[in-house]
Amino acid sequence: MVIGKNIPRVDAVDKVTGRARYTQDFAMPGLLRTRLVRSTVANGLVTSIDTEKAKAVPGVVAVFTCFDVPQHPFPTAGHPWSVDPKHQDISDRLLLNRRVRYYGDEVAVVVAKDEISAKRGAALVHIEYETYPPVFEPEDALAPEATPLHPEVRENNVIVKSSYKVGDGDFDDLARETDLVHVQGTYETQVVQHCHIELPVSRAYLEEGKIIIISSTQIPHIMRRVCAQALGCDIGKIRIIKPYIGGGFGNKQDVLYEPLNAWLVQQLQRPVEVFISREETFTSTRTRHAIRAHLDTYVRDDGRLIGRRYIGYANNGGYASHGHAISANCANEYRMLYQDEQMLEGTAYTIYTNRPAAGAMRGYGIPQACFIMESHMDDLAHRIHMDPVAFRRKNMMKLGYVDPGTTITCHSTKLDECLDIGMKYIGWTDKRTRYGHDRGVVRRGVGMAMFCYKTGVYPIALETATARMILNQDGSIQLQTGATEIGQGAATVFAQMTAETLGISVERIHVVQTQDTDTAPFDTGAYASRQSYVSGMAVKKTALSMKQKILAYCERLTTQPADTLDIRADAVVTKADGALVVSMEELAMNAMYSLSDTEHITANETAHCKDNTYSFGATFAEIEVDIALGKIKVIDIINVHDSGIIINPAMAAGQVHGGMSMGLGYVLGEDYIYDEQGKQLNDNLLYYKILTAMDHPNLHHAFAECNDPTAPYGNKSLGEPPTLTVAPAIRNALLHATGVAVNSLPLNPQRLVPAFDTLRKEMAHV
Amino acid sequence: MYIDVNMTVNGEATTVSVDPRENLLDTLRDRLGLTSVKRGCEVGECGACTVLIDGEPFDSCIYLTLWAEGKSILTVEGLTKRDGTLHPVQQAFVDEAAVQCGFCTPGLILSAVSIVGKNRRFTRDELRVLIAGHLCRCTGYEHILNAVEQAIERQLQMKEDCHAR
Repeated sequence: MVIGKNIPRVDAVDKVTGRARYTQDFAMPGLLRTRLVRSTVANGLVTSIDTEKAKAVPGVVAVFTCFDVPQHPFPTAGHPWSVDPKHQDISDRLLLNRRVRYYGDEVAVVVAKDEISAKRGAALVHIEYETYPPVFEPEDALAPEATPLHPEVRENNVIVKSSYKVGDGDFDDLARETDLVHVQGTYETQVVQHCHIELPVSRAYLEEGKIIIISSTQIPHIMRRVCAQALGCDIGKIRIIKPYIGGGFGNKQDVLYEPLNAWLVQQLQRPVEVFISREETFTSTRTRHAIRAHLDTYVRDDGRLIGRRYIGYANNGGYASHGHAISANCANEYRMLYQDEQMLEGTAYTIYTNRPAAGAMRGYGIPQACFIMESHMDDLAHRIHMDPVAFRRKNMMKLGYVDPGTTITCHSTKLDECLDIGMKYIGWTDKRTRYGHDRGVVRRGVGMAMFCYKTGVYPIALETATARMILNQDGSIQLQTGATEIGQGAATVFAQMTAETLGISVERIHVVQTQDTDTAPFDTGAYASRQSYVSGMAVKKTALSMKQKILAYCERLTTQPADTLDIRADAVVTKADGALVVSMEELAMNAMYSLSDTEHITANETAHCKDNTYSFGATFAEIEVDIALGKIKVIDIINVHDSGIIINPAMAAGQVHGGMSMGLGYVLGEDYIYDEQGKQLNDNLLYYKILTAMDHPNLHHAFAECNDPTAPYGNKSLGEPPTLTVAPAIRNALLHATGVAVNSLPLNPQRLVPAFDTLRKEMAHV
Repeated sequence: MYIDVNMTVNGEATTVSVDPRENLLDTLRDRLGLTSVKRGCEVGECGACTVLIDGEPFDSCIYLTLWAEGKSILTVEGLTKRDGTLHPVQQAFVDEAAVQCGFCTPGLILSAVSIVGKNRRFTRDELRVLIAGHLCRCTGYEHILNAVEQAIERQLQMKEDCHAR
């Protein structure tokens, strides 16, 4: 068994020795550098651009502006393309924009022989604008006087409004049922950024009659299609190479500046790098949506949810990106995790505004859903004086649930066990009783929150993946996937899966980690926590096909019938008693060099996945809060996950810790601060605080494993889930500690000090 | 105008002619091909470009190459032995699954080498302070701290063994 073992990462040695090459590490003689010139207004139209001074700077090779680029719009979302025009992503982007829609929008680009000349040139580009009043919040953008930001694709600023209804009857009729408790609440999340440590840089050059782009991306095959759409050229004329990448977290599940890079190479016929600085990464790549939701719930005092209504507004910023899908995903989570006795209504709006474009970020709408929903669940439990865990258990998704919106079915669940483990670890019963009565300055509380999470995007979108295996002369295997390693450990678990199914030792599975769209099989890439499930299916199918081919060749070599043979520990053996028939090495040498019968054994299989499954989990946290300072200290925290069978426990633990860390930043302090013009004031890692090692408590984790029947190796999603429930668990611990419900993120002193006004007054009276 | 700077880089005497405004990050990456030194923010916020200068960790992006005159620079390229054997700190990062995307890893390993070089144990909270100059978005630092602790223990054990002999 290789599944379930702590195999060291296949790329660990490359990464600790510095051999791992990332996009900027490839030597490229004659590489031109660039600097983008960005808008200094949030809403406007460029009326003129003066580039003369910039062009006069020594070293500047060219300056291109919004007046030079092709005027046909393209989409950027890292989604599989839809052959149904109704489901295609919104094409609202140009390479450079005359109509600017946020502060920092790209208007011109200076290309130079070196970085300094490019920067100097960029500083000398003079732009004149006609300006319009900016609309920063969804309500501003929806006001009748608001100008539509993309009149060519949407007549107003609503990108998409989607609704669902479960159950019959009129929600407002529930008000007449006198035995029900009615609770309303508005909850909102803030804008945050991925903060992958590697900047989203790309380098492009011409070769073989193609434009070749080396890019730090999660989605090479999608990027290839989008670049071709943007340039209006054949997809086969674009080649994307994804080397090692320094984190993505969803930002690189979008096509950022690669189309511009490709176009620049076309214009100049020389290699060009598009460098995006840390500051630009904040203002001008993608963010996680701020979502505000209004909730309305009727609950019986025995703890049964009777009916709920969700209305959510997602602030999508200036461009559509993934937006419409994320807001809907957020609303769907609200439907999936809990079932109501009578009815549920959900409406999700996605709105264009003059903010930086929001897109995919770890959890894809579900971190917002969990904060909104799980905060509300605690408010409900509080109102009916019920234990929050018992309340959730009474209403949560059970085995066999079929989601009425998507038909995604609960094929396996250990959510109950997750709750048991979390309660026991944190000392729930004792501390829920003991805490919550403090009247001092420093108070303690325990809180929790839980989630369900899909594994991939089926049936909302296409799920397909291909893997390829090649038998080497030494009996080892070369494994190629279009699925991408982005730090999460995909390459290692694919090696484990291959070894498991093929009977070849894991050290002899060589994973090709660079995805080159000219040679890597098709796969849509790293997102939706899909790869170990969907691409894992392709790996398993390919390994089974490979095994069959190896055994068929073995039959020709040894005359022993293939169906009596198996591969174990790098040798073909008899199924019956495991007796050695031929070593893999000997078989492979014959397959390659036999004078009578050669076969270059390869397998290449597509898994078109038409299923999905839910993973589950919960966060339990204990906090200490200082009422005077408005400061939360996390004393103890655990994430408990049901992600099916855990393929590699040590690496899985790393995923869980990293997600928790991101969740802690989300709840304790990360936020975008803007001035009145819409310029981001904290567009760097000094003022935008992601947590350092000093800011972390010890992070604990546990797995409640189960064998999911639909999964290739019993496994379910794990990449995104760890970050989902940290924020609401801490918010709920704060509610327990103080009785104060804070409904917007982050829970930093700026927000908590005013929230504790009443508490401080009470304390002053004592 | 270019100025010659003489320094020792990964044990080798090296002279480079640099623009006086050049930072050590660019010199190491672009002139000396030491691409383990990562560019993450260019302003001393993230720690990805950390190198050891005379044994102490510095952000090379805010260190002028001119200042390195006469100094000894170590990057992770200089840690691995010629036969491919990893330095104990590198090995600890592999063993403890402390590596994910790998972009902060070289810098963190160098800080860890300097911590291990102090030949003493630290509490977990002290270690948190000592590596606080490095931002990592993948790991939550949990396994990284484990790796540093493991490397310290191995180092102290080795010293004890030497002593016993």
